[in-house]
Amino acid sequence: MTATAHPHLLVHHKADNVGVVVVEGLKAGTDMLGVCTEDNSDFRLTAEADIPIGHKVALKALAEGDTVIKYGEDIGRMVGPAELGGHVHTHNLKTKRW
Amino acid sequence: MTTDLSTTTVNAWRRENGRVGVRNHVLILPVDDISNAACEAVANNVKGTMAIPHAYGRLQFGEDLDLHFRTIIGTGANPNVAAVVVIGIEPEWTKVIVDGIAETGKPVEGFWIEQNGDFETIRKASWKAKEYVHWATELQKEEVPLKDLWVSTKCGESDTTTGLSSCPTVGNMYDKLLPHGLYGVFGETSEITGAEHICAKRAANPEAAEKFMKTFQAYQDEVIEPFKTSDLSDSQPTKGNILGGLTTIEEKALGNLEKIGRTSTYIDVLGPAETPAKGPGLYFMDSSSAAAECVTLMAAGGYVIHTFPTGQGNVVGNPIVPVIKISGNPRTLRTMAEHIDVDVTGVLRRDMTIDQAGDALIDMIRRTANGRFTAAEALGHREFSMTKLYRSA
Repeated sequence: MTATAHPHLLVHHKADNVGVVVVEGLKAGTDMLGVCTEDNSDFRLTAEADIPIGHKVALKALAEGDTVIKYGEDIGRMVGPAELGGHVHTHNLKTKRW
Repeated sequence: MTTDLSTTTVNAWRRENGRVGVRNHVLILPVDDISNAACEAVANNVKGTMAIPHAYGRLQFGEDLDLHFRTIIGTGANPNVAAVVVIGIEPEWTKVIVDGIAETGKPVEGFWIEQNGDFETIRKASWKAKEYVHWATELQKEEVPLKDLWVSTKCGESDTTTGLSSCPTVGNMYDKLLPHGLYGVFGETSEITGAEHICAKRAANPEAAEKFMKTFQAYQDEVIEPFKTSDLSDSQPTKGNILGGLTTIEEKALGNLEKIGRTSTYIDVLGPAETPAKGPGLYFMDSSSAAAECVTLMAAGGYVIHTFPTGQGNVVGNPIVPVIKISGNPRTLRTMAEHIDVDVTGVLRRDMTIDQAGDALIDMIRRTANGRFTAAEALGHREFSMTKLYRSA
């Protein structure tokens, strides 16, 4: 695999609606290469914000109350919106447990 | 990997009770906090020994005292320890510790400070420590099967990269080594929250599943409910986890569980610092998610090598057990590489598979067992942290 094929974004599971930024210094407007680790399929998505390495990106527009899926499992509910390619973190996602 | 893991060997110490140790420590072990100074003086007198001071051991009672004794005895009994000098303030609890360690057959002797003072205790204990060092340094390593090792895991300063790379690396190692007869253990009860239904399904039998759910529920009922203020979002995930991109406990728990791989199942649930009694295989240990406490408990349970995935860069070590750090976070490898033993950043770049990462970890376990210092050992990380269940009397 060549250096240019390194993904910006990894997704665990086909059913996930968020992915993880795996490069440092990702800027808004970047045409990201995303890869789903479950089946190695890839896709493109434009980043709508500067998103730090390790942070999540919405793979579809998410509204308040939506369940966020990662690893194919429920990881919490949206408490604010995120646009497609937007940043998903503590400002708009919260646990359902406590 | 072309290596046949069923026949892979390492050079290590076979102890009196048949267990395999990968380090050869002579420990100067305090029964209680007020014996720390005497232990440190002995360790200063006699090179090749190590004192492991700690904060507790007085006025404890009930289950909390049982756990204290189990942790201290288990630490002395660990196969990475050749011989032990025990020092306590008085003779009776000192004898409890000495008798517990003596069951392994290894050399152990106790000393107490009352009616001796620090000076006389240190004098007598130093003579014994010196005798043990001469004896231990002549013990020869032998060729033993890799599968005879007991390998524990717990992750720390996790982020989203641990769930993608370093945790599944450990899982892959367990999937490959457990079928050959390795002992494994994972734990971190609070960090299963949100994935407890998945963890229950990974039990090898209904008894283990039931025991896990009981342990998990007891933690919720006895710890979380009585003591929580608003919710746990301010400590679990930790601030470090959140900086690394983890948002919720469910997300953290799912990444944590990647450490048990795809096919591994646990055969029993252990109390904190409890030694496995159901033969080779994977165990769940009821334990804190705090790194030093958890590694201390697993070491006291008898595990001799610890595999520690980290994202943001937890620097923990242990006095007697080599802690192997695995990280896939390129920023962590760039900014704090001195702490990392196995670099799996290639997994995030998609130029290293989890299968290759698992092989790299198995090779590092083999090298560590053969004597390679881990990063934590080289940097002097010797965190020994007792878990306390409630206030002392």
